[in-house]
Parts: sequence; C-alpha cells; structure tokens
Amino acid sequence: MNQNPDHDELDEDSANRVTPEARPSQVASYRRHYPGTQPEYLHPLYVSSIERAPRQPLIKLPHTLTEVTGPAFAPTLVNPKTADLTRQNGREAIGERITVSGRVLDENGKPVCNTLVEVWQANACGRYMHKRDQHDAPLDPNFTGQGRVMTDSLGAYKFLTIKPGAYPWRNHYNAWRPAHIHFSLLGPAFVTRLVTQMYFPGDPLLPFDPIFNCTADDKARNRLISQFDWETVIPEHALAYKFDIILRGRDQTPFEVQG
Amino acid sequence: MSLQATTWQTVGPYFRIGLEYLNTTELAPAGTPGEPVTVVGKVLDGNGKPISDALIEIWQADASGEYGGIVSNPADGAATAFSGFGRIPTDDDGRFSFSTIKPGPVAGPAGTMQSPHLAIRLMMRGLLRGLTTRMYFPSEAVDSDPILELVPATRRATLMATVTPGSPSTLQWNIEMQGERETVFFDC
Ligand SMILES: [Fe+2]
Repeated sequence: MNQNPDHDELDEDSANRVTPEARPSQVASYRRHYPGTQPEYLHPLYVSSIERAPRQPLIKLPHTLTEVTGPAFAPTLVNPKTADLTRQNGREAIGERITVSGRVLDENGKPVCNTLVEVWQANACGRYMHKRDQHDAPLDPNFTGQGRVMTDSLGAYKFLTIKPGAYPWRNHYNAWRPAHIHFSLLGPAFVTRLVTQMYFPGDPLLPFDPIFNCTADDKARNRLISQFDWETVIPEHALAYKFDIILRGRDQTPFEVQG
Repeated sequence: MSLQATTWQTVGPYFRIGLEYLNTTELAPAGTPGEPVTVVGKVLDGNGKPISDALIEIWQADASGEYGGIVSNPADGAATAFSGFGRIPTDDDGRFSFSTIKPGPVAGPAGTMQSPHLAIRLMMRGLLRGLTTRMYFPSEAVDSDPILELVPATRRATLMATVTPGSPSTLQWNIEMQGERETVFFDC
C-alpha cells in the first residue's frame, strides 16, 4: 500500500469514549471542500457543461478504505527528459523558455512527496499536438507539450517548458482561452485526485474566460494564477513562474490526535 | 496549518497529450489471482449521444480485498504486478473496455463490509471537476452494501453491471450523464 496506513487505529480507551455516531468511519477521512472553492458542475457559460453535468444531486459518500487509498507510481515513469518539454530528439522547440516550479502540499501544510505531476499544454502559438485541434496556427515538430515529474522529499517539482500561447475555442463568439498549462496529480488517495489549469499573471484574457471564472471564491480562483519568480529565473536561458498546489488533507479531528 | 485544496479545472479535449502514456486497459497481468472479467460500456451525454472524449480512471482492491500496488511504466513492457489502477479513454463512439479481476469485499464504515466494487473517476471536457461513481458486480449480495444503502433504491441499478448473455465474464455498464437513467454520482 501507499505512504499512508489508513486505519485510524484508536486505542481501546479512546474508542470507548467515542460513540459510533461520532465515528462514522474507521478510516481517517479527508476534509470536505470549503464552500465556493470548487466549481459547480453545471456552469451554463461553459456551454459543454449543459449536456454533460449531472442534474441529480450528488450523494454524499463517507470515506472508506476505497477512498483513502490510492496507487503508488514506479520511479521509472519519470526521467530528466520528461521534465524538459523544450526539446525533441535534440532539437529545440520555438518560443519563450520558462521554468514552472512549486511545491505540492496537503491542506495541513505537509509536503506531498514522490507524487506524480503530469502536464500538457499548447505550443507557443496556441496549438495542441492533437488530431482534434484544428486551430489555424502552426505545429512545432519539436514540441509535443507533454511532461511529467515526481515531487521530491520536500514536495517540490520543476519543469522546463515553453510559454504556451492563447487559443480560440468555440464556446461563444470570439472566445479565447488565456494561456494555461494543464496539471494532473493523483496524490496519496482516491479522493486527493486533482486536475487543474495554471494561468499566467497579467493575462488580459482571464476576466473573459468562463473556465477560469467558474469558481465562485475569488481567492481560490486567483490561486490558479502562477507568480513570476525572479529568484528561479535561469540567467541567459529561461524566465520562471511559481505555482504551488494544495491537495486535500486529512480531517484533523481530536480522535486522530488521541490515536 | 490550514490551506485550501486547489480548485479543479476541466481536463478539456486534449488530455491525451499528457495522460495517454499511462492508459491501462488490462488491469490484471497474466497470473493475477482472481476471477477475470471484461467490462464494456458507453458514456452518454444528456441527449443520449456518445461522449468520445471522456476519461475513466479506476481504483480497485485485489481478489482478497486488499488495496495497494505500484503502477509500472507501460514503456518498460508488460506490467508484472496488479496495481488496482486503470486509466481508460473512451473511443470515437464513446465506448470503453477494460479487463481486470473481480475485487474481494472491502471493509466499510462502522464494522460493515462493502460488496466488491470498482471506484470510478470520470473526467471530460464539459466537466469542471471530476465525478466519482462506483461499479458493482452482478450476482453479488449487494442488499447490505453500506454505500448502496445511501442510494435511493430506484437509482441503484445505475451502479450495477450486467452480465452479457452467452458471455458471463463480459460485464456491461454504461455511464449516463443525465436523463432518466442518470448514473449515480457521489460527493466525495
Ligand atoms: Fe487547454
């Protein structure tokens, strides 16, 4: 199993002090999301949610062993090449080189170590290397837009890539996505899965993008915008952006502290 | 310390670029203990149209009900061990198919046992957050499953795979996003 042994093993004393109603699950649950900090499924301004978002209310699932466990990943899934998106077969991609780095922490501030971080993005012209992307902008044979790394023992990760371009999409008249990088993380448990998008500071398209703006809470939404990171800039080579990622953490109840 | 989990955003239409290297449609390498099953189905939108850009991820226990395992790199050759993890995109017709072994029962809340099930996460363009659902197995005693008990009886069938006539090891299970047979999704 994975890093976290998941049984909340209460000693007999504390177990006796806890009524079954107060202890609905024998595993330590993860925190529920704060209201407003995650998007609603149905967001009509994002047109494809209309036919795809569920209409029935979701049913609250207690966290069982199924939800608090998750797979571990072989270290061979990553290597220095998968962290560097700027070259293919020794040839350099076109565009502005940047590093994207940060830390992956849980909601309790603990680093999430050895966790897989997967990214994908458009090239400098705003074109994806994907058969369904028909945007009239050039492909770059030296840029696939695919990368992955594992976090280190401090939860830190770093990619070298090309700053992606904005691209048009057909959500509404004259719709353009702000420049972004797609991120996918699994974390230690089924419930810690996160797929998100990282944006760039000062992008004039942000106020008009229904995907960026789908989250009600201003602070939560603005945390998706990376920060220019002067200290990480590689002189004569690449500018730098910082993007920290928070995965769900365990609910810290008094019971756990006793255990 | 109290931080807030990062906000989800949709996987969009181009997730294959970053995620398909880890596609796993055969979850159980040869020799994995347990009863082999193949699961086939479709993902359908609110108009009943197939969704050709959905991604399903699976998390399941092994035949003895234990979770855990290491996902190997498909580029390293065939997986040698069962990990319980699968990643399966739908095809141009909205279909998915994968093979695995039936998991064992797993401990549930407050001393209960859960019937064998697959935990499913569904992601696609149009979904701003991933959705969680479960697939249960036919011919299992599911009446006492502590999670199915939380689901209105009229909707439980959406979580139950069915046997294909003439091919008992092939199970059918569709995911419907909306409509009368809208699949039960969980807030977890
Ligand atoms: Fe995108």
